Amino acid sequence: MFEHLSIHTLVHIVVALIFPPFLLGVINRVKATFGGRRGQPLLQAYFDLRKLCSKESVFSETTTWVFRFGPVVGLTTALVAAMIVPLGHASAPLSFTGDLILLAYVLGLGRFFTMAAALDTGSAFCGMGSAREATYACLGEPVMFLGLLVLARVTGTLSMSGLLGTELLAGWGGAAAALILILVSWFVVLLVENSRIPFDDPNTHLELTMIHEVMVLDHSGPAFGLILYGAAIKLFVFAALIVRLALPVQTGYAAADWIIFLAGTVLVAILISVVESVMARLRLPSIPSLLVGAGMLSLLSMILVLVKL
Amino acid sequence: MTSHELILISGLTALASGFPAALLGKKANAAQALSTLILVAANGVGAYAIYRWWIDGPIAPLTLPSPIAGVSVSIAIDGISAFFLVPILLVTALASIYGLQYWKQSEHEDNGRGVSFFLNLMTGAMTLLVVAHDGLMFLAAWETMAVSALFLVATEDHIAETRKAAWLYIAASHFATLCAFGVFALLFAINGSWDFATLKETGTPMAVALAALAFFGFGTKAGIMPMHIWLPTAHAQAPSHVSAVMSGVMIKMGVYGIVRVCTFFPEVPLSWGLFVLAMGTISAILGVAFAVGQHDIKRLLAYHSIENIGIIIMGLGLALVGRAEHEPVWVLLGICGGMLHVWNHALFKSLLFFGAGSVIHGVGTREIDLLGGLSKRMPATANCFLLGAVAICGLPPLNGFVSEIMIYLGLFRVATTPAATAASAAVFAAPGLALVGALAAACFVKVYGMVFLGAPRSEQAAHGHEAGKAMIGPMLVLAGCCTLIGVAPIVVAPLLDRMAAAWGGQAIGELTIATAAPLAAISIVAGIVLALLLAGTGFLLLRGIRRAPSGLTWDCGYAAPSARIQYSSSSFAETLVKLFGWALQPKVHLPKIEGLFPKDADFESHVEDTVLEKAVWPTTHAVTWLFSWGRYLQSGSLQAYLMYILVVVVFLLLWR
Repeated sequence: MFEHLSIHTLVHIVVALIFPPFLLGVINRVKATFGGRRGQPLLQAYFDLRKLCSKESVFSETTTWVFRFGPVVGLTTALVAAMIVPLGHASAPLSFTGDLILLAYVLGLGRFFTMAAALDTGSAFCGMGSAREATYACLGEPVMFLGLLVLARVTGTLSMSGLLGTELLAGWGGAAAALILILVSWFVVLLVENSRIPFDDPNTHLELTMIHEVMVLDHSGPAFGLILYGAAIKLFVFAALIVRLALPVQTGYAAADWIIFLAGTVLVAILISVVESVMARLRLPSIPSLLVGAGMLSLLSMILVLVKL
Repeated sequence: MTSHELILISGLTALASGFPAALLGKKANAAQALSTLILVAANGVGAYAIYRWWIDGPIAPLTLPSPIAGVSVSIAIDGISAFFLVPILLVTALASIYGLQYWKQSEHEDNGRGVSFFLNLMTGAMTLLVVAHDGLMFLAAWETMAVSALFLVATEDHIAETRKAAWLYIAASHFATLCAFGVFALLFAINGSWDFATLKETGTPMAVALAALAFFGFGTKAGIMPMHIWLPTAHAQAPSHVSAVMSGVMIKMGVYGIVRVCTFFPEVPLSWGLFVLAMGTISAILGVAFAVGQHDIKRLLAYHSIENIGIIIMGLGLALVGRAEHEPVWVLLGICGGMLHVWNHALFKSLLFFGAGSVIHGVGTREIDLLGGLSKRMPATANCFLLGAVAICGLPPLNGFVSEIMIYLGLFRVATTPAATAASAAVFAAPGLALVGALAAACFVKVYGMVFLGAPRSEQAAHGHEAGKAMIGPMLVLAGCCTLIGVAPIVVAPLLDRMAAAWGGQAIGELTIATAAPLAAISIVAGIVLALLLAGTGFLLLRGIRRAPSGLTWDCGYAAPSARIQYSSSSFAETLVKLFGWALQPKVHLPKIEGLFPKDADFESHVEDTVLEKAVWPTTHAVTWLFSWGRYLQSGSLQAYLMYILVVVVFLLLWR
């Protein structure tokens, strides 16, 4: 599984470690422009991370080790996910048959501990966030898997690097309709998994309506920095999925591939911020309908490829 | 001695091992300890028997004389038996040790002896059940097991609910046994022998009936939805270490029955495979959906058994689809995933029931909404429970992930087969399994969070105490096994291969599980995850989290927070319960708000078993009503009975 251990692996790891917070900056900048403001510097997320790391944490008396451990698990699982998804050039460093299941489940592990850490505070608000996260994950997960199944059938491979590799190019020739449906439903999954409008408003000031932000309400200092960093990497991973699905192009030149890929992720970030700028957050009870809708799209896509190929 | 003789000794010793506890006085803890010691020794002999079988390879079945003239019974160990023996031997021994502190005979004068006796009896019966090589031996062991379990469920029979659970259990169990009788009667009718062997003819209605009886009969014991009706109450009412054995091992005997009967059929139609897969998926999804709605910790765990049996049956269904389509990889991944999940579920579900038992022992309630904050008072129990919870959700790097990834991979293999055969219907099970995983995570975050984290919700919970060493020890052993299989799944590969060869034979060929599933990669990923976790923890420690100041939880400036404003298990599950409302039919009792200054009001909501309430009870009531008409015949007067005889005689005379 380490046959790609080379300069490409190194570039992959470095990009996955360094680039993600930049996307947060892009999103904030585009949203500010929409709102007629100048906005934060593009690198604000990096500054925030540095600031948080040098601060002191405060922990609630109610909490146990789970609360302190939650952010570590969240970051770890996001990093492992970023090692499974192929980014710009060549395969991902961690690539084996069945790694697509690991991708979904390792993110699930992160979610488990984030939710448990939230319950550890004993706060009603954290409980609310945790319950919502658990509920929407139940609806998002099958959509994700239907997409993976469709890609597996289109490309005939069972690893993320194959699923989102050059085999997909032929798929776009033969099963474009199905892939467009998956693209749409995965974008919906990206929004819900990363707590974006219309599912959750990361900038709201009312704890009652939040999902992700309210779960991490009690975290502070370096631990909160880990959470922020982990969230950025998770967003990057989902953006990478979208980019590689939409543009499975491999020019053969590493530099060109990386430029196309990174430009793609920035485009996804801009798309997210456009959605966030033109839409309001949905009422909580209507969120399941949107997710079930995305599920129906992927189901349709699945039927298309089952019948077609 | 041969492996067969050894396993016979092990089973018979275990059967008898309960006598010291039963006979040596009501309060004798020493007698209980002696019984446990004998059982552990018997199970040790069983483990040695498996080792001998591993070394010596297959030998001829051991034939024993039976009390019925002209009929002999026989026992044999094959890959499938050995595979099922491991969890039986391990979990029952641990449960018996756990019981030394959890259910001391000195503290339970009226039922302590019964629990020790029947738990050991059931162990011996299960050991003999999986090595039975013919229908008669199987049925004898099966019924011993089923009846011992009845007495175990009815341990606290002074409670009305327990009596109800026991009656329901025995009714369902009788149905299962009746079907098992049917299965082996048909086997005898087709083959002319009670021995387990391939059927001589498989296309006939008799063979189809045999398969159907096996699935529904053994499926009742296993707890496949909708035959699961007995399971939630029985598991909730039995003592926790008994629940651990019942959920971890006994219901797997139903799975064993189905798996064994599959070997009678050299060829299976595709429709059977798809049917079994569909039943497994339904059972998994609805099992976990019902679990989400529960607020009794043991009832909740019981519904998770239904879910996990569903996952096991999904694996089996996948393997059957593979056999029908002649795809060795599907067969191997399906049967290995399903059977490894039998082990895994035995490990983490017993761990969770032991944990729940510790909570009940330390606090005195099963009601999740009355618990909370126990992590501080019972750290060992809490951490073991957390490990079991992560494992049962199928999350890496623990054992649940290994078996689930095998089943997923098999289903994805179906999807990548280019031809659009009917088999491709199987791919719809994969998103179902994903849904199950997410629901299980939601449910176990709920349980772990509500029981062990936050602030205590009641006075009892605030004074809970940690369990003793005999209770913690078995939990640590199980936690260790869960971690070992999760981190180094290659250790179980050889046994899995032998099991698969015994089940699939030429349908699998030379394929091994280590080549079909990424076992080495799982270990590497586990290593990476653990290394990163250590690094992250190290970073936080360097940043001084140990010296960090502490304060109150931020509750948005609310002046007088209390433990009661925490989210409760019902509120946590509310949206999910509503989403599955069509199946769960939650019952909600809303308070009436009257006047400007309303008085105290109560809100209550609970999820009952829909199949039992909406289908089984109405049906049984209707049947009872129907048969009540028969009472008119039984008037009690002698003249009437004489008249019946006369009518029948006249009828027979006229008919002939």
